[in-house]
Amino acid sequence: MSEAERPGAPPKFASVAEFFAQALAIEEEAAERYGLLADQMEAHHNKEIAAIFRRMASVEGEHRDEIARRAGDALVEGRPASFSWTGPDGPEATDFGQLHYLMTPRQALRLARFNEERAVKYYEAVAAAAIDPAIAAFAAEMAQDERNHVAWVDQWLAKFAPDEPGWDEDPDPPVYSE
Amino acid sequence: MNMIPAAEKAFKPADYKSTVKPVWCPGCGDHSVLLAFQRALAELALPPEEVAVVSGIGCSSRIPAYTNCYGFHGVHGRSLALASGLKVARPDLTVLVASGDGDGFSIGGNHFLHACRRNIDLTYVVMDNRIYGMTKGQPSPTTEPDWDTAIAPGGTGLSPFHPLVIALASGANFIARGFSGDVGGCARLIVEAIKTPGFSFVQILSPCVTFRKDQQKAWKTLVHEAIVPETDDPARAARRLMTDDGFNVGVLYRGKRQPYQPKPLASFAPSHLESEFAV
Amino acid sequence: MTRSIPSTSLSIALTGSGGAGVMTAGQTLLDAAASCGFYGLMTRSTGPQIRGGEAAAMIRLSSKPVQSPGDRFDILLALDFENIQRFAAELPLDSASLIVADSAAGEMPGFLKDSGAAVGLVPMAKLAKGVPGGRVSMIALGVLARLLGLPESAIVAAVAASIGRKKPEALAASEKAVLIGAEAAPQVSVAKLAQPSAPSQRRWSITGNEATGFGALKGGVKFVGGYPITPATEILEWMAHALPQCGGVLMQAEDELASINMIIGASYGGAPSLTATAGPGLSLMIESLGLAVAAEIPLVVVDVMRSGPSTGIATKSEQSDLNIAVYGLHGDAPHVVTAPLSVADCLVTAQWSVHLAESLQTPVIMLSDQSLGQARVVIDRPDDVVFPTKRLVPEGPVDGYERYVLTESGVSPMAVPGFAGGQHTADGLTHNARGAPSSQASDHVGQLDKRQRKLDAFDFGERWAEIDGEGELAVLTWGSSSEPLREAIAEARACGVKVKRIALRLIAPAQPARLAAALAGVKRVLVVEQSHAGQFWRYLRANYDLPADVVPIRCPGPLPIRPGEAFAHIQEGARA
Repeated sequence: MSEAERPGAPPKFASVAEFFAQALAIEEEAAERYGLLADQMEAHHNKEIAAIFRRMASVEGEHRDEIARRAGDALVEGRPASFSWTGPDGPEATDFGQLHYLMTPRQALRLARFNEERAVKYYEAVAAAAIDPAIAAFAAEMAQDERNHVAWVDQWLAKFAPDEPGWDEDPDPPVYSE
Repeated sequence: MNMIPAAEKAFKPADYKSTVKPVWCPGCGDHSVLLAFQRALAELALPPEEVAVVSGIGCSSRIPAYTNCYGFHGVHGRSLALASGLKVARPDLTVLVASGDGDGFSIGGNHFLHACRRNIDLTYVVMDNRIYGMTKGQPSPTTEPDWDTAIAPGGTGLSPFHPLVIALASGANFIARGFSGDVGGCARLIVEAIKTPGFSFVQILSPCVTFRKDQQKAWKTLVHEAIVPETDDPARAARRLMTDDGFNVGVLYRGKRQPYQPKPLASFAPSHLESEFAV
Repeated sequence: MTRSIPSTSLSIALTGSGGAGVMTAGQTLLDAAASCGFYGLMTRSTGPQIRGGEAAAMIRLSSKPVQSPGDRFDILLALDFENIQRFAAELPLDSASLIVADSAAGEMPGFLKDSGAAVGLVPMAKLAKGVPGGRVSMIALGVLARLLGLPESAIVAAVAASIGRKKPEALAASEKAVLIGAEAAPQVSVAKLAQPSAPSQRRWSITGNEATGFGALKGGVKFVGGYPITPATEILEWMAHALPQCGGVLMQAEDELASINMIIGASYGGAPSLTATAGPGLSLMIESLGLAVAAEIPLVVVDVMRSGPSTGIATKSEQSDLNIAVYGLHGDAPHVVTAPLSVADCLVTAQWSVHLAESLQTPVIMLSDQSLGQARVVIDRPDDVVFPTKRLVPEGPVDGYERYVLTESGVSPMAVPGFAGGQHTADGLTHNARGAPSSQASDHVGQLDKRQRKLDAFDFGERWAEIDGEGELAVLTWGSSSEPLREAIAEARACGVKVKRIALRLIAPAQPARLAAALAGVKRVLVVEQSHAGQFWRYLRANYDLPADVVPIRCPGPLPIRPGEAFAHIQEGARA
């Protein structure tokens, strides 16, 4: 199990294959997470935000495919023997607690931006800590990818005016269902 | 985080999710708990049809339908009794029980005591948000005494009780606390809870974004890993649990009690017993 | 029309207090008589003390099977008169009766003097003291043996069977005391019991609660979760030793709220399940019974009814839980209610109840009562009955499994945990065919229709009631009232009265077509039950068409309905 499990510690990888496996998993998880968030927002009829999260899910999915292409043969050999479903969330997985059913596009995109920034810092840390120069190089590439994503989200964000006070006002009180 | 493509393991977390989309409020901690359930079951590679999730009534209790396991959404407060009957009749199943602080500690209080005492091999996850969410915001047995609600203006004035201490005193063999903000951490606790034989109790602090907006930000800063490692000494655990701040996360107690599982003695046909009536 | 005096049965009451051993002696007398080929029934009455209180053992012996108390006692043997007043209403005596009392017992209470019974005094306590280790109850048994014409050896053998191996010295003392008692018996002639002409080789001594347990076992029950309550606890205790022998388990619950939910869980897991309780416990189970109806979970709840309301008289019988059993669930929640008609009938009715629960995937409440549950009878071994019990499950692998799919019969295949592809969440919430919660009108109505159709479409067969005879007068009754009525009706018929007997074993769902057929030609119906409010009568009026002339005969507990009093009602009913 990689030391990436320990929060705060810079992750170390035994091989390029392990690095790419981790990177893939990060994107996979991010895509799945955005999908779950989109489901929640759809269930609460916030279609605009659901669409944003679906787009993010798709973007993460594309990034995953891109990483798989880049990794190519490196992925096939030397896969880590064990892994765990119980490690901490990856750097691009949104915290469920950050949502609000009336959240605005700016808020959703700021969440996405935060995820991308964390991913930048993550890969920078990996690059800095990597002993294998190949890993360091790939990590640096990934960090740049994520910086590009930050910029892309910023462009998207710029389309929206600042949130108005009362964005979370709902004249209807909460209701029972059971 | 997940390391490599899931082809290497028998099940992925997604295999434990049904097609039903949760209706919990966006921001609710229970979304994380559901994911933690899925991850824990994937980690243990349990076939979904061999897992049963039993619940009572409340927001937390909606979880069985969101899983791809067998489920029972029963009446308010009685999930532990139902799960106990199920597990004793079917020891081959992995039985998880899900509840909230109202369902589990108020109406379910008596069954909680006896489930801990019996120590049947169950895993009991209580999503504690210190409020009755489903019915719009009444205090629960873990609500702070000064929390203002419509039904108890100004607060109840009653001290919350300590569910973990109650569990320990009643005989639970595994006691842990988690925070929904750490999905992986909760998954790990649930894995340990399932793996440990006997009654495993996991309290997961799970903020209510609608009725307890105060909780999310506050709890994130208040939870902390338990400073001391888990103990198997009930007296030591009692002292720790009695004095902890309610935000200590991790496995706090893991005992050595044998689980209760009554077994049949023989498989005779009923006619075998007839002679006791013969004149 | 005069009532013929039965010469085939004698009733004996044995009373005493303070550790005299009246209950044990009564059991010994019944065992001894059984070994001599007699049939019998024993019931008991006690004061509230846990030990040492006043106690009465009431035994009816007969040369034919009897399952109802008689109308009067031929012999009352009172070891003392301590608070015997408590039993006054339960010990009908008359001038043909004999009271045997201890010479040193003191003044005979007024109700005994007023009965007009003959009195025979025996210095039983003094005689007992004369035997080292001798017990006064053994002296009494000797007296009774002589009066009844039973060989003393039968009494001794019965004592030996219960204590002989454990306490050989006590056995020797008992034997001596029995013989001394026999010699000291009053020289009074008491009607002798006619020896059974051809006693069946295979007879049983069994209580209603034991029969219930045994029937449940034969029905296939594999899990019992229960909480002790009088007068049902014996069922749980019997099953605690029997069930594990037959591949099952029993678990004691912390309360009835737990026991009903435990059996729901076990049944959901595939095990036919049962619990046993009484009125107060059934009240606690009501909410979760509704869950079992809504989620379509098979289970059996045996309610050994006792005198109510509320805590009532735990040790006395009544038929006053019919309302809660039939109507108690909130919502429209059709389910099955059965009721055994006698102590022996507890066996096959319990077995049948399990069959119905598993076949219909619904709760069955079996209304036994204290008069059946705690009575012991000596009967011919009942014939074995086999039901083709099979819970409907998915046949093979299923795609898109729908737990509550609408079917013609109303019964849907029930996937059991472990079956891949059958995963579903059982729910008390109104749900659609898949089992997902739904507030849609079509789903609510569809599922209500389905659960009603399940019961409407099911053929309950002939077992729903016992029906015999013909006449313009009919007696309509249910559960434990059936036996005293059966005896009374037999006597009435022997006097030339034509009366039809209808005793319901299936209370719910109602069977209007069947009852209409049974009542063809009937002009007057006597409805007999042990309920102050007439719960059965009102239930009939709500669910059945009855002839215009209905006479409700409401006998509240705690006293048993006796054949003689039933005979008087029939006599009255037979008048134009």
